[in-house]
Amino acid sequence: MQKIYETVIGLEVHVELATKTKIFCGCSTEFGGAPNSHTCPVCTGMPGSLPVLNKKVVEYAMAVGLATGCTITQYCKFDRKNYFYPDNPQNYQISQLYLPICRDGGVEIETSAGKKTVRIHEIHMEEDAGKLVHDEWEDVSIVDYNRSGVPLIEIVSEPDMRSAEEVIAYLEKLRLTIQYLGASDCKLNEGSMRADVNLSVREAGTEVFGTRTEMKNLNSFKAIARAIEGERQRQIELLEEGKPVIQETRRWDDNKEYSYAMRSKEDAQDYRYFPEPDLVPVVISDEWIAEVKAREPEMREEKLLRYQEEFGLPEYDAKILTGDKSFADLFEAATALCGKPKKVSNWIMVETIRLLKDNGMAPDQLRMSPVNLAKLVTLADSGTVTNTVAKEVFELVFKEDIDPEQYVKDRGLATVSDDDALRAAAEQAIRDNPKSVQDYRNGKEKAIGFLVGQTMKAMGGKANPGMVNQILRELL
Amino acid sequence: MELMSLTATELGRRIQAKEVSAEEAVSAALDAIERKEKAVGGFVTVDREGALSRAKEVQHKILAGELKGPLAGVPVAVKDNLCTKGLKTTCASKILYNFVPGYTAEAVKRLEEAGAIVIGKTNMDEFAMGSTTETSAFGPTRNPWNTDHVPGGSSGGSCAAVAAEECSFALGSDTGGSIRQPSSFCGVTGIKPTYGTVSRYGLIAYGSSLDQIGPVAKNVTDCASVLEVIAGFDAKDSTSVAREDYRFTEALVEDVRGLRIGIPRDYFGEGLDPEVKAAVHAAAETLRDKGAVVEEFDLSLVEYAIPAYYVIACAEASSNLARFDGVKYGYRAAEYEGLHQMYKRSRSEGFGPEVKRRIMLGSFVLSSGYYDAYYLKALRTKALIKQAFDQAFASYDIILGPAAPTTAPRLGASLADPIKMYLGDIYTIAVNLAGLPGISLPCGRDKSGLPIGLQLIGDCFQEKKLLRAAYAYEQTRQYERSPLAVM
Repeated sequence: MQKIYETVIGLEVHVELATKTKIFCGCSTEFGGAPNSHTCPVCTGMPGSLPVLNKKVVEYAMAVGLATGCTITQYCKFDRKNYFYPDNPQNYQISQLYLPICRDGGVEIETSAGKKTVRIHEIHMEEDAGKLVHDEWEDVSIVDYNRSGVPLIEIVSEPDMRSAEEVIAYLEKLRLTIQYLGASDCKLNEGSMRADVNLSVREAGTEVFGTRTEMKNLNSFKAIARAIEGERQRQIELLEEGKPVIQETRRWDDNKEYSYAMRSKEDAQDYRYFPEPDLVPVVISDEWIAEVKAREPEMREEKLLRYQEEFGLPEYDAKILTGDKSFADLFEAATALCGKPKKVSNWIMVETIRLLKDNGMAPDQLRMSPVNLAKLVTLADSGTVTNTVAKEVFELVFKEDIDPEQYVKDRGLATVSDDDALRAAAEQAIRDNPKSVQDYRNGKEKAIGFLVGQTMKAMGGKANPGMVNQILRELL
Repeated sequence: MELMSLTATELGRRIQAKEVSAEEAVSAALDAIERKEKAVGGFVTVDREGALSRAKEVQHKILAGELKGPLAGVPVAVKDNLCTKGLKTTCASKILYNFVPGYTAEAVKRLEEAGAIVIGKTNMDEFAMGSTTETSAFGPTRNPWNTDHVPGGSSGGSCAAVAAEECSFALGSDTGGSIRQPSSFCGVTGIKPTYGTVSRYGLIAYGSSLDQIGPVAKNVTDCASVLEVIAGFDAKDSTSVAREDYRFTEALVEDVRGLRIGIPRDYFGEGLDPEVKAAVHAAAETLRDKGAVVEEFDLSLVEYAIPAYYVIACAEASSNLARFDGVKYGYRAAEYEGLHQMYKRSRSEGFGPEVKRRIMLGSFVLSSGYYDAYYLKALRTKALIKQAFDQAFASYDIILGPAAPTTAPRLGASLADPIKMYLGDIYTIAVNLAGLPGISLPCGRDKSGLPIGLQLIGDCFQEKKLLRAAYAYEQTRQYERSPLAVM
């Protein structure tokens, strides 16, 4: 009889915080920059240098903790994690082991199987490492410490997820929450959000967990889903063959869709954690927690309700608009400018999403400013331009963030409502298409559509379609 | 040399009075170094040209009235574990033999801003690990009182340079007695301030939770004046403390009437040299004669200080010294295959035996399965020792005892038996564990003529009481110059 297996998954999610400066020094966290241009004695581990904690890091970590129902550790400390690697200039990483800043939280997720809560074990603060560049031509390795000391939080879940779908839902939920808080942009492809997947399988109905593996190098939701499926299969096959699953760290290769063992538990390093003596304990008062809580922006759930109540949007639309902070921000700003929530929503839901898809872009890559979107909505809604023109101009707003008012004015794209001009064009259309005229007069109502089209064409698409229709009927 | 026999503040006074120029003061120090270094070996690096050119600038500012402090133009020697921009900083280790820092330690920066002129970097036990300055990769420093003897350590170079009058004062660092013990051995005065008083920014760490920078000089007045300059809150050091009062020189008053001085019986037990014991007791009597209330008490827990110290200091050191790996700066093995071998060879060849011993000890006590039994227990012991001192300071203003159980041992007599060497730190180590300020000042000499040091310990942030007692005692004695000072 075939056995039924259950997959048990817990995640360790690293998120780069959106602070302007690094966690323990004043260097910029800006992406890019010439190698080692954003460095100082502290983040390059120079002898005698000392770390000083960036308060903003604590606030972001607290904000994420509060938004995910965690308890804030009001007396929290940093610890040193000791290991040798050249991307780690001190050969220890300042992290938190014994007293992490947040503990015992959870988030609610919704999947096809319904709602459930994924518990969060802890969230701790730590510093990122530098980057090694291997120059095979010269046969040397070069280190860039620009990322060294960039603040991270690591969100450790309990092993509460049972499928890739739940994992993705959990990650989406975390991403939205953190984006709404402004604590990080959470881009998986750029590494500002990274997930390590701890996975084990067990026979359905068993209480004890199977031996787990940890998978690293997962750069997209799709890769995560594939890796989970791949690892699940691999473990089940091992068990079916009567072989043990080895507790180890594996690296997922998304091109080959296979994971490779990096190191097993036997040769796992002893990190010799101990309290960081160069930093004093972080004491978090009730007032500070209240302050951070008070600054919490409107979160997704609240927005979702408000969009329906205040703007009368359907739930489906509100869900899409709030499903990405970039959409929500754009929607609210443009609506505030033009006062037409439904129209703004439509332009985002239809044209914007279509163009994003066509161009392979993510919502946070939108360049269009709310001002120009609002102007375009007004132009279209007031009939100043025709729908066709509006769509054309929108593409330019989307791509280059042009000022649509100016553009329409410069190119003379405004709808022509001048009776004489329209009448002349209509008369010409009647002269040129006697067959259609005949058909119309013979009772073929549809034939007028063709004449309207011909008139519009002659007017370069700018004619007011209502007027054209009316004039034609008069003339015929 | 006339100028080098002066105290730092007296030299500074004469410079302000335009009787002496900064250039003359610095030249005098450089001349003294030239004549005496062969015998003393107090310096790793002498910055002759840099010092002379800075002296010129400083003199200019003094004449312009921009530098009016007591240390302007005064030559200072700095322990070689304090970073100095553009000037080699080695920690007396092969692994940093060529390291030139890109920035200057906060304490040194404050001295330079006050116009003091760094003339060179002093020898020390490698990474401040040792009590004799013999573990230096660049050879030992000798005691200016008798060059067959060690100057103590780890700030042996700084203390010997002051005692030999190669500089007017010096900076040292003290993790378990590294300022006080060599001050005692060299017949000079040195202060280990309350933890957090002097910024550690730029001090190459040994035991971060215990390290403090402090002054070494000919007398208490100099030490107080230097401390006033180097102490202060520094946002770059998270363990730095903003104190209410930094006016240490105000405490230089010859008045100990009513001052309660406690003498821990535990400090006068087995292992204490009878001559040291007699000299320290005599000093206590002197203070009693001057009106202090002196009595004996039991401090307890002293015997646990040494194991607790070696566990904590070595644990921190094992991590602090991990950055010396041949990747970014310093020594890298000439031949290696792959990263792992580069690490291994660079560190094996770059560190000396005492440093390796402490890294191994520290790595061991932090390793999984041993952490609770060693490191956590040591932290608890540290807390208990602090409590014992708190109790003592409820009854006393000052604790008085020896700085070291003996006078300076002969060169080569200590390293063979590290445990015995570690036990020599018995009177100084507890002070670091409790974060307290301590001072060592001369209180006599033994039969062979070697100096004996008196240690006074104060409660946290009570440097002023400490200075007052030390100053009052000092007024009853004449400063004794070492044979190499007179040379």
